[in-house]
Amino acid sequence: MKYGGARSLVRGSVLPEVVAENSTAIAISQQFPDAIVDAKNETDGPVFYIDPKQIVAVCRFLKDSGGFNQLAGVTGVDWWPRTPRFEVVYFLHCYEHNTRVRMIVRLAENQEADSVTSVWRGANWYEREVFDLFGVTFRNHPNLERIMMPADWEGYPLRKDYPVHGHKYSYQDE
Amino acid sequence: MREGYDHVASLDPEHELAIEDPSGLAFTGDGAGRARKMTLNMGPQHPSTHGVLRVVLELDGETIISARPEIGYLHTGIEKECEVKKYQQVVTLTDRVDYLSNLNNNLCYALAVERLMGVEIPPFAQWMRVMLCELQRISSHLVWLGTHAMDVGAMTPYFYTFREREEILKIFEMFSGQRMMTSYIRPGGLALEPPRGWHKVVSRVTDQLARGIEEYANLLTANPIWMNRTQGVGAVPLDVLIELGVTGPILRAAGLKTDARKDCPHSSYEKFDFEVPTRTGNDVFSRYEVRMDEMRQSVRIVRQALEGMPSGGEWRADAPHMLLPDREKMKTQMEALIYHFKIVTEGYRVPAGSVYQVVESPRGELGYYVVSDGTANPHRVFMRTPSFGNLQALGAMLEGTLLADAVAIMASLDFVLGDTDR
Repeated sequence: MKYGGARSLVRGSVLPEVVAENSTAIAISQQFPDAIVDAKNETDGPVFYIDPKQIVAVCRFLKDSGGFNQLAGVTGVDWWPRTPRFEVVYFLHCYEHNTRVRMIVRLAENQEADSVTSVWRGANWYEREVFDLFGVTFRNHPNLERIMMPADWEGYPLRKDYPVHGHKYSYQDE
Repeated sequence: MREGYDHVASLDPEHELAIEDPSGLAFTGDGAGRARKMTLNMGPQHPSTHGVLRVVLELDGETIISARPEIGYLHTGIEKECEVKKYQQVVTLTDRVDYLSNLNNNLCYALAVERLMGVEIPPFAQWMRVMLCELQRISSHLVWLGTHAMDVGAMTPYFYTFREREEILKIFEMFSGQRMMTSYIRPGGLALEPPRGWHKVVSRVTDQLARGIEEYANLLTANPIWMNRTQGVGAVPLDVLIELGVTGPILRAAGLKTDARKDCPHSSYEKFDFEVPTRTGNDVFSRYEVRMDEMRQSVRIVRQALEGMPSGGEWRADAPHMLLPDREKMKTQMEALIYHFKIVTEGYRVPAGSVYQVVESPRGELGYYVVSDGTANPHRVFMRTPSFGNLQALGAMLEGTLLADAVAIMASLDFVLGDTDR
């Protein structure tokens, strides 16, 4: 398998049952024992929930040692009124081994995320879009500005408490 | 005009004085020679930006020092709207994301929902999907070729490619009643039963397309002007392209043999015999050659589909809780009436979960991330569109090139603003 080493867990780290056999999960937990806080098995493969403070380190490890040279995209999901409210989803792709990995970071409403632009420059526009449409700020992002909405827009349209028809150009009050 | 928009030189004389150097020419040299920098706005309204794309260029004479693309002019909130529609209503929205490759977007969304629902599609419907998606790919590449040639200066190919594309649009109209926004591929199968006589028509058009592709290649591939304008232009190292999020024909023209139809097999693509064309030139000419070869391979796939189409004619899955029943059955059988009523008024509930479905769009890797919370409305539909990733690389590609090459490079990226902005 591409990471090398024995298929054993570092003492003290516990992987969620569903991904205990997954090579990517094992490799991550060997480097960062408590990074994977949860995991699920979806129809297209495993999904790892990563600790927000370690996401950049995990991404860098996966890029350098795991061959995940492309970040296919970053997006957000708003689970209001559940807490933690936001999920930031990272889609990783390794061309050489034809593998894909999905990682999710759960964030509270005003919690800042860490930008992975230092790992892949292609995260730039995707994180700008998450900031623009959800209001999640990313630390260490080179230019965190709105990308879809006009620069002076107020509000974050893809949040669940934002009306579908928008708040500025409603015909109801006119 | 918006307030506080200070990039554009206003006609207000007071405003002009506030800018240090209103002419936009700033001397930056320090003795070795004078370097003049000019900021030029290739505004959202431009015949060569293939849509409403704004590129802010910093020029030194005719050389581009830096380019900053700005998007968002076509953002219509499709993803937000998906969340308030039922799963079967979202299909019509997916058509309009990438308006040149409607069926490919339909297919990606349909596959994602079918995966969440656990529905199996019969082979006939799968092969029909492949055939139509490849016809759509040819149609999209024909638009790219015509507009690319016209941007570079050749007017003739545009008329020829659109003549061929007209035949493909007639086929789509025959199948679905619509030329472009067909919504013909839906979760559960196809929208309507394929019309009588479709085999003959598709067969004739495929032969026409095969001849047409060779005609365009004859006009352009060995053309000295075309080669001079496109060879050696727009090269960025492959690992930089991958890091920036570029996918599709641009990576194939840089030497990487990757195609979602082969790497993530879906909808019985694995039963078809086709090649993934690659080149090593990594310039505009290589991307042109890759897309021409892709058109030839698509013709090959359509011919295989015509010859080997599974019998049975089952164009929809057996999923009465998800698909509207036959009209006659609805009028005579109680269960069908109830199903019809429930599907139309309440929609069908999709089990909670999420899926990231990947498909090869004519522009690159197209992915739909559908999150379901167990209700009849999707909780989140994220469209990982290829043009968004490809456009990120535009700044890197334009650095150091001439202004005239910028147009050729933008055309070679083959982005669509509906795809980028959604």
